[in-house]
Amino acid sequence: MTAVAEPTNDTSQIPAPEGSVTITVKILRFNPEIDNEPHWESYDVPALPTDRVLNLLMNIKNYADGTLSFRRSCAHGICGSDAMQINGINRLACKVLVKDLLAKDGKPTTVSVAPIKGLPTMKDLYVDMEPFFEAFRSVKPYLIAYGNEPTNERYQSAADRERFDDTTKCILCACCTSSCPVYWADGSYFGPAAIVNAHRFIFDSRDEASEERLDILNDTEGVWRCRTTFNCTDACPRGIQVTKAIQEVKRALLFKRT
Amino acid sequence: MSESLTLEKPRSPRRRAARRNNFELYSWAFMRISGLALVILVLGHLFIMNILDGGVHRINFAFVAGRWSSPFWQFWDLAMLWLAQLHGGNGLRTIIDDYARKDTTRFWLKMLLYASMAVILVLGTLVIFTFDPNITA
Ligand code: HEM
Ligand code: SF4
Ligand code: SF4
Ligand code: FES
Repeated sequence: MTAVAEPTNDTSQIPAPEGSVTITVKILRFNPEIDNEPHWESYDVPALPTDRVLNLLMNIKNYADGTLSFRRSCAHGICGSDAMQINGINRLACKVLVKDLLAKDGKPTTVSVAPIKGLPTMKDLYVDMEPFFEAFRSVKPYLIAYGNEPTNERYQSAADRERFDDTTKCILCACCTSSCPVYWADGSYFGPAAIVNAHRFIFDSRDEASEERLDILNDTEGVWRCRTTFNCTDACPRGIQVTKAIQEVKRALLFKRT
Repeated sequence: MSESLTLEKPRSPRRRAARRNNFELYSWAFMRISGLALVILVLGHLFIMNILDGGVHRINFAFVAGRWSSPFWQFWDLAMLWLAQLHGGNGLRTIIDDYARKDTTRFWLKMLLYASMAVILVLGTLVIFTFDPNITA
């Protein structure tokens, strides 16, 4: 076997604004129509410290290689489309600033970008999210209430609202679930995001199906599979205390019923 | 109009309905409780056998026979045997669930695990209770 140098790509068309530095972006690329497996490609791109990784990807796509594929929509950390592994850590490309990635003392900077793990890669940086959403749907992430519909809103005290405030922030980006070693190994584990969204309703005083959801999460692929490694909490771009939410569900199962 | 076939998409995820039993809950709790007990049992065991009064060098047939003549050490060793075996076995069950790719592999690895657990538990328990200090070599 001979070592093959990573192909360098022509990036001369990318505009270089004043104050920009050239950094190398290594992207794990995969085209299912040509490639048998993913391979790394390097792009030297001019970047401002205030750029986000998403800007670099957009520049590569717009000026160097239009076939580069990735998801993004809001570009402001709201929609949860652009979860990817940046320097080995799951992040939203639209929330990572270049200045936080620059190498110390002016050394050349390399940034690696790969698709999130644990979900099938469809092309380049986008993955099939269906298994992720299937787990999400199966915890019944919607309000379930029985009896007569109230004629006005369903009131809730501030304290009751506070109980699940943290888990309302989820944007379903899959950063957490695709950083979970249990999910990598065993794709039928619900994964942290589904548990976060179950937590959102289990601890909602207006909801009446907590028992049902607790049953679902008490099962073989539920919360007991979690090994408390905190990868999910570290990955969440919304700063949700994911592992804590999972522990709260375990606690509810241990002490509130059985 | 032709009747449409309802086939699942290839590799579509399987998820069985919740079974409403607490097995995983109890096994999770057991790992924590047995772990706590093992800290005392195993570290105590290692300390007595390897460090106290000359450590391993004094272990011989008479030493073991002496210890097992006391119900206290019989109980200690029995508890250690059962807790470590069930704790380690349950831990390996988790690991098999994680890493086996096919249900058949998973099944047979677990059978192998359970069989080996049973052999060690039965054999160990038998030895602790039927140990004969007057055996002639
Ligand atoms: C010294 C005292 C011990 C403590 C406090 C302890 C504690 C624990 C706990 C809390 C877990 C569960 C981890 C999780 O589910 O997140 C665990 C897993 C495990 N333990 Fe122990 N344990 C001890 C001794 C042992 C011994 C003596 C063995 C071997 C016989 C063993 C083998 C295992 C295995 C194989 C696992 C599964 C690992 C995994 O889930 O990845 N442990 N232990
Ligand atoms: S804390 Fe639990 S859910 Fe989160 S990454 Fe670790 S094992 Fe997965
Ligand atoms: S919990 Fe955080 S990391 Fe997980 S899907 Fe929701 S927003 Fe993303
Ligand atoms: S593009 Fe919407 S979250 Fe990044």
